[in-house]
Amino acid sequence: MSRIKVKIKENDLNKIREICKEHDNQPGELINVLQRTQEHFGYLPAEVQEAVANELGVSVAKVYGVVTFYSFFTMIPQGRYPISICTGTACYVRGADNVLQEFKRQLGIEVGETSEDGKFSLNCLRCVGACGLAPVVLVGDKTYGRVSPDGVKDILKEYQEKENSDE
Amino acid sequence: MENVKLTIDNKEVEVPKGTTIYKAAKKLDIDIPVLCYMNLEDIGIENKPGGCRVCVVEVEGRNNLAPSCATEVTEGMVVKTHTMRVINARRTVVEFILSDHPKDCLTCKKSGNCELQDLAIKLGIREIPGQEYAEMSTYKTDYSPSIVRELDKCIMCRRCEAMCNEFQTVGALNAFNRGFEAAVAPAFEMDLQYSPCTYCGQCVAVCPTAALTEVDHSRDLIDAISDPSKTVIAQTAPAVRAALGEEFGNEPGTLVTGKMVTALRRLGFDYVFDTDFAADLTIMEEGAELLDRLTKYLNGDKEVRMPMLTSCCPAWVRFIEHHFPEMKDIPSSARSPQQMFGSIAKTYFADKIEKKREDVVVVSVMPCLAKKYESQRDEFKVDGNPDVDFSLTTRELAHLIKEANFDLNNLPDEDFDRPMGESTGAGVIFGTTGGVIEAATRTAYEVHTGKELPKISFDELRGFEGIRKATVDFEGQEINIGIAHGLGNARKLLEEIKAGKSEFHAIEIMACPGGCIGGGGQPSHHNNTAILKARQNAIYEEDKNKKLRKSHENPEIKKLYEEFLGKPMSEKAHELLHTKYFDISRKIEIS
Repeated sequence: MSRIKVKIKENDLNKIREICKEHDNQPGELINVLQRTQEHFGYLPAEVQEAVANELGVSVAKVYGVVTFYSFFTMIPQGRYPISICTGTACYVRGADNVLQEFKRQLGIEVGETSEDGKFSLNCLRCVGACGLAPVVLVGDKTYGRVSPDGVKDILKEYQEKENSDE
Repeated sequence: MENVKLTIDNKEVEVPKGTTIYKAAKKLDIDIPVLCYMNLEDIGIENKPGGCRVCVVEVEGRNNLAPSCATEVTEGMVVKTHTMRVINARRTVVEFILSDHPKDCLTCKKSGNCELQDLAIKLGIREIPGQEYAEMSTYKTDYSPSIVRELDKCIMCRRCEAMCNEFQTVGALNAFNRGFEAAVAPAFEMDLQYSPCTYCGQCVAVCPTAALTEVDHSRDLIDAISDPSKTVIAQTAPAVRAALGEEFGNEPGTLVTGKMVTALRRLGFDYVFDTDFAADLTIMEEGAELLDRLTKYLNGDKEVRMPMLTSCCPAWVRFIEHHFPEMKDIPSSARSPQQMFGSIAKTYFADKIEKKREDVVVVSVMPCLAKKYESQRDEFKVDGNPDVDFSLTTRELAHLIKEANFDLNNLPDEDFDRPMGESTGAGVIFGTTGGVIEAATRTAYEVHTGKELPKISFDELRGFEGIRKATVDFEGQEINIGIAHGLGNARKLLEEIKAGKSEFHAIEIMACPGGCIGGGGQPSHHNNTAILKARQNAIYEEDKNKKLRKSHENPEIKKLYEEFLGKPMSEKAHELLHTKYFDISRKIEIS
């Protein structure tokens, strides 16, 4: 029998320790700590959850339980251009699902996944308060209104070109 | 305390403020059906997530139905527990649960002993409306050395979580995901064997369905018995005889020792022996180690670590290896009775009957799930051949007896075979919390003082409280003894030791409520801890009726030392009867 080893980079561990310490290593601060940690890392991979559990003195199973309960938390690194499709009531009845299917088809990924090249990730959210523009799609901070399945290609193209011109 | 008056089903009742409707109804003998709710009164664990909604009742003046398990009574409240609205709601709830539950009741391990099945029968559910459209959640089945997790059958009652986190403070299980996708699992849905699980099996003991069950070795036993080249040996733990009868309709606390022996013999075991024999042997070794450590400690030896902790319980051993690895040299190095038995059976006894160890199959019958895992630990194998081939639970034995069509209650009483069936009352009380340390005290006292005990029973070591303390006078030398059952209670004593504040010389720890009598392999206690107390009384009864009650008086143990081992803690004893512990904690490393 041997120990189970969890590997983590020193800088990352120090950052987690710093965040936990700012919350007095209180188990009750778990959600706040995870929020801050995700802000820093962009997502919450297993080793980060292990380290948080260790610092706060809670079980890893509990940390994982919280991370998987709240849709805000993610264990998958987000793409450079995170795509969010509103599937709230107004957007849904105006065809958000067709738009979503088109994004899935063109990117070859499911909701909650990130494309292999790391460019795009796909998520759903509920109502951004712009129901007049339904169906609504967000890419990063930018909002696109009245999106139709035909318009998906143009949105993706915009960011492909942006990436090419940045290079 | 302030009281509240209310009416339930037209009957008035007065209960203390803060009481739930469910408990108030119970006072009137109104039994509201429940599913997720669980109250293990004597160990202070109450699970009332209010999640399943089976226990709903109608409260006058309230629009929606109230979950009675989690709703507190108020003055003048008027409650109705079986209106048509309530019955329909209950039915719908159970239909929904069943719509996402496998329908393999005929072959399910928990068939006949499943709370969900009982409820479906009680509510007369014959079809599930909309089943053809209902989606089923699916998960992979996880097999660990002791426990099988079949999450398709999880109904999210979260009782297992209460046991794993609140009572045992192990933290292996937690709910993950939400809604339809939700279930209970270790972190990252890893297999249980990589989690901090101790295999105590308390999650299995409270699971209402077959989401959590034991690894079944019944077929391995049948194969072994069917093989004429094998000599198959049984050893039965003390707690089994105090609970097996319940599976055959006996009152809790009925001892069925002799009938169990007859049943095992008729099943085809070549020898029916008793783990109690090995418990006596454990006392010889552990008692000698305690006296040795104590003497060194009292003589000012700074090297020796005190207190000494017992090491019979494999779930407890795995707990310290996982959660307190820095203290892994504190438990006694003595192996558990199960393993001592296997080790002696495959050496001393195999020689006596002129068999090779490969041709001897040692099968233990245990109240325990962790024993399955313990028997597979590498240090208990010789050239890959385990000292104990496999371990069955009390429940598995009950199934085998039923399968063989034996009417246990009408079997004659027979005695264990010799030599390894001879035991004393000290071996018997290993089955209850406080028993191991009482057995050790009986022997240590007489060996240390050279005098006979004035009174054999140590009532101060008995009881059901989670943590108990007692001081025993060894003729002028006071020995402070601590006892904990439940790993959460053990954790408290370990934290004291860690902080250097422990006053104890010796501590007994058992993982399960009440000790082995409340083990994860026992017949269901039906969420009634009074059953555990009845089993505990049965164990003390068996001890009282034994001719010999001190381990060092066991004639077969004396002979074993004369013929084979020499004396306690001899080189041979160390090789066969002692062990060491490992650090298996999770370690965060810089990459």
